[in-house]
Amino acid sequence: MRTGVLTVALTLALSSAAWAEDVTLGMILPMTGPSASTGKQEKAGAELYMAQHGATVAGKTIRLEIKDDTGAADVTKRLAQDLISNDHAAALLGFGLTPLALAVAPIATEAKVPQIVTAAATAVITEKSPFIVRTSYTLPQACAPMADWAFKNGIKKVVSIVIDYGPGLDAEKWFGDTFKKDGGEIVEAIRVPLKNPDFAPFLQRVADDKPDAVFVFVPSGFGAVFMKQFVERGLDKAGIKLIGDGGVTDDDQLAGIGDVALGAVTAHHYSAAHDSAENKAFVQAFVKANGFLPNFMAVAAYDGMALVYHALETTKGDTDGAGLLAAMKGAKWMSPRGPLEIDADTREIVQNVYIRKVEKKDGALFNVEFETIPMVKDPFKASKK
Amino acid sequence: MAGQGCGGGASQPGCVCAMLTLLLDGVAYGMLLFVLSCGLAVTLGLMNFINLAHGAFAMLGGYVTALLMNRAGVPFLATLPLAFLIPAVVGIVLERTLYRRLYRASPLDQVLFTIGLVFMAMPAANFLLGDQPQQIHLPTYLQGRIEIGGVGIGIYRLFTIALCGAIAAALQIFLVGTRFGARLRAAVDDSRAASGLGVDVDTLFAVTFAVGSGLAGLGGALAADVVGGIDPSFPLKYLVVMLIVVTIGGANGILGALFGALLLGILDVAGKYYVPSIGAFIIYAVMVVTLIVRPRGLFAKGDGR
Repeated sequence: MRTGVLTVALTLALSSAAWAEDVTLGMILPMTGPSASTGKQEKAGAELYMAQHGATVAGKTIRLEIKDDTGAADVTKRLAQDLISNDHAAALLGFGLTPLALAVAPIATEAKVPQIVTAAATAVITEKSPFIVRTSYTLPQACAPMADWAFKNGIKKVVSIVIDYGPGLDAEKWFGDTFKKDGGEIVEAIRVPLKNPDFAPFLQRVADDKPDAVFVFVPSGFGAVFMKQFVERGLDKAGIKLIGDGGVTDDDQLAGIGDVALGAVTAHHYSAAHDSAENKAFVQAFVKANGFLPNFMAVAAYDGMALVYHALETTKGDTDGAGLLAAMKGAKWMSPRGPLEIDADTREIVQNVYIRKVEKKDGALFNVEFETIPMVKDPFKASKK
Repeated sequence: MAGQGCGGGASQPGCVCAMLTLLLDGVAYGMLLFVLSCGLAVTLGLMNFINLAHGAFAMLGGYVTALLMNRAGVPFLATLPLAFLIPAVVGIVLERTLYRRLYRASPLDQVLFTIGLVFMAMPAANFLLGDQPQQIHLPTYLQGRIEIGGVGIGIYRLFTIALCGAIAAALQIFLVGTRFGARLRAAVDDSRAASGLGVDVDTLFAVTFAVGSGLAGLGGALAADVVGGIDPSFPLKYLVVMLIVVTIGGANGILGALFGALLLGILDVAGKYYVPSIGAFIIYAVMVVTLIVRPRGLFAKGDGR
């Protein structure tokens, strides 16, 4: 018994990391570079959760380490390795882009540390490691219901226009396949290069194709220029509706986009205008702490922390990776965005998808939800069964 | 849109009105590129100075317009002279204090120095103004479209063509019709001989640099609406395009930059319309071909103006 105690004492004394009562959570985000707005929102969301729920869970003190990977996958990988080996992180969160999440997958598997993806949205990510759990969303999850809604509402011919990179191609495929299966026609699928997107020539093609609607996927940041040029080209006056993934009307950007966004219908998993008591409290606290509105990135980080806290409570503070992972699988809770569940098989997030329209409320622009598709499981994984 | 047989199927939208609209879009884009790049062309041709920080002046002009409009409510057109003046003044200050030390330096030193300036300007902008693109909301009289004989054109694009065309004309008249212009051309041809003949090459350099930087700023302000706002990564994003304009047009007078820019603008827009999958690559392909066929650019020195 005494040797046992001595060994523990020695181990504690010799360990270079924090005391055994501390649990370190590593959050790797792009705080600088082109995706910096993602990092800013996610950091605010995670910190709000800790501020509201305290830094103690199951008798352990939580330390949140937020690291900037500047959006470069090799930096993400190195930071993940540092967090695991030097800081003994119990879980990793964040991953602002798909390549960043994929780069860390092998490390999570080898170190048996849960990797919670709170930003990246390409469907295949959760398959790359049995330790990956997602609290953000997947493109198929939003685009398939968008296609169903469009067809049911009289839109039969669509031109899809996406930015030519991973998530864009996901969006194009899942919207297109679902829409065609419903009986609709994809007149053309346009891919715009990631660099220097001047949408003018591409929108001219849309105008010439004369569809009922144009389905668009652009990363946040490009929503403004797309909308402006959409209106400038007179496409709205030509009767072409604008539908898309909710990223194009990102709550963070909506004020900057201005009134040209009015009437755009999008499908997404979170709107700052979501009408629930939890969300009202969340938005109020968030704006008070940060001075800007939360968007879907912030709420995903908030929920990522909620998931970790829940897992630690379930394991009574035990930071063994496999134990935490088991506690996360099948977790169900109410988030500001609506009810959430982590699918026990795929470790993917299951959540409501809302169809919303951009409207003016109290003088400001919001995505107002008017239809809910409850508890959508990721269609990509479902199609493989 | 009015009849004229514009059935517009996805495969062959070859009707005349689509082509004319595209042509005008391309010319508008090309004009913007011209105003952005002509300062770079002249600096390179006149002072043999590789100023990679040129994009930073464009960013500065864009920010001047965005901030004046968004924070001080200044009307768009009123901000444009300031979008020219402020980068011009900054240009003079930098030229007198920093740039002139490197006129005799090797091209590599100039590149390193100017890129260093860009690497300082970008985080400074991020720190002061944040990473979100600053949007410009055009006044209503510049928004929307008009149709002339079935060809639709955005009003702002027409405005861009008119304004930049006027600037190009003014520059050319100035270059050819004034004594300052004559001295400038002399200094470009042979700065030693010009200075030997009493031309104050120093002042010439300073003024030219200022005007070039000012034009870059104006270009940035005009481009802000088209490219989705001004953000701290603007200088590097558009540096490559500006360099391509200068490479194709030849680092020389105004006309080279103008034709290079127009060519690029039209080919870029047309390429993206007709072959969207590789359209963005067209400008690079054109640059490669130009460099193989005429390495000094299409309108390089000694080819007459």
